[in-house]
Amino acid sequence: MPHVTFIEFNSSRHTVAAAPGQSLMRAAVAHSVPGIDAECGGACACATCHVYIADDWQALVGAAQGNEKEMLDFANEVGPGSRLACQITVCAEMDGLTVRLPQSQS
Amino acid sequence: MNPSNESIVIIGAGHAGGALAGYLRQYGFGGAITLLGAETTPPYQRPPLSKAWLKDSADTESLLLKAPDWYRDNGVALRLGCTVEQIDARAQRVRLASGETLAYTQLVFATGAAARRLALPGAELQGVVCLRDLVDAAQIKAQLRGAKRLAVIGGGYIGLEVAATARHFGVEVVVLEREPRLLSRSASAPVADWLHGLHAAQGVAFHFNADIAAIEGAAGQVTGLRLADGRSESCDMVLVGIGAEPNSALAQGLGAATEAGIVVDAEGRTSLPQVWAIGDVTRRPLAHFAGLFRLESVPSALEQARRVACVLAGRELPAHELPWFWSDQYATKLQIAGMAALSDSTVLRGDPLAHKFTVFHLRAGVLCAAECINSPGEFLAAKKAIAAQVRPDANSLADAALPLAQALAPAAQHALAPSL
Repeated sequence: MPHVTFIEFNSSRHTVAAAPGQSLMRAAVAHSVPGIDAECGGACACATCHVYIADDWQALVGAAQGNEKEMLDFANEVGPGSRLACQITVCAEMDGLTVRLPQSQS
Repeated sequence: MNPSNESIVIIGAGHAGGALAGYLRQYGFGGAITLLGAETTPPYQRPPLSKAWLKDSADTESLLLKAPDWYRDNGVALRLGCTVEQIDARAQRVRLASGETLAYTQLVFATGAAARRLALPGAELQGVVCLRDLVDAAQIKAQLRGAKRLAVIGGGYIGLEVAATARHFGVEVVVLEREPRLLSRSASAPVADWLHGLHAAQGVAFHFNADIAAIEGAAGQVTGLRLADGRSESCDMVLVGIGAEPNSALAQGLGAATEAGIVVDAEGRTSLPQVWAIGDVTRRPLAHFAGLFRLESVPSALEQARRVACVLAGRELPAHELPWFWSDQYATKLQIAGMAALSDSTVLRGDPLAHKFTVFHLRAGVLCAAECINSPGEFLAAKKAIAAQVRPDANSLADAALPLAQALAPAAQHALAPSL
């Protein structure tokens, strides 16, 4: 099972096992990673699962599209690598993926 | 974690109660937490029950707020399948239906709301369902796969979301609404009319001003509806979606002030000391709007859970949040920020015919709500602007060729400028 690491704004690290096919948000919620509130439960409606994908993983994870991109155009603290974790589907190649959380989710 | 002699009993293990337990531990609360749930499933997401979960083969586990082990690992006594029978305020004890009693120092009502029942002949027939919890949803999911024609009583969000899912499975749908239009209590007329058109284009039939006289059946199974004007509609399944009523009887019995919901302040305090309430059961104030409101909404429940947890864990309170709601029907995403019911004028931005538009609402010139159809960016922008009490220029707002950020730029500065 791929392992992914969430780094809170205060630098606390949480490395969790994620099932391929599961969303990155679900993997965080299933392991109670603080800072991923996911208020809408993955409907791409709230932007409370905002993460920054580490530079060297952005090519694999890909860029936001459609509704997610529109949300990110107006979300808080958007920067390079910004994605909504509910819109990222975990795959085996993501073993070792690292993402950071914004200050507003601390 | 800060050690504490406090013992918190949370009655209700829904989204609000489950989230409160989580935030209390996240914020370092070190006392005892007991979470009492009437259902047999650990706290889960309710919104998908009428949306994605009903349509997909998504498993129950994907709905859970926390992994089942979380509660034990974090010292939260999660007690499922239990009902509270009585509360002794003087002794600060809760008595369960089993006879067991639990002591508390802080008591939280997170008892939610129950689907309003239809007092009509035939309401007990097989095939007549309502949707409030996972058990209801599982039953509806199973029935939809064999149903031919679904009658939805009530043109609210639950009814419309289930109607969309039923169409996805090829089930014929008729919606019967007592009022002259859909969503009369929860969306503006332009948005409701647009949704009406969306469903009609998907083949959903509608009766407005519908007065239902009886649900009819044969051999115990529903076969149709009879309207007071003599018309009838055949169906083999009926969804009753006519709203919900707060489960406030226990709190009322304890002496807490209620007003069609438990009355709370901005931090979830009831009128009784050491008694709190959060979620759908409450009637709450809002930072940006005058009055008390009973919101049936996950974001509202979560905000209340965070604020109560902050107070009980001794953490600084966060900024107040703006109420918001969402609904998914077919491929359409509706997001509402603020309180549209308070508006005195509206501004349309975008093109309803292109299935992408926003209805902005102003109250005395101040932006108070935005209903966004397939416009998630505008939703987030509006959310911030409403919280900032922006006074937009209506012409700029209506001009979709102008960037929204410009139209929503604090034209409130008009008011500030002279004093600078």
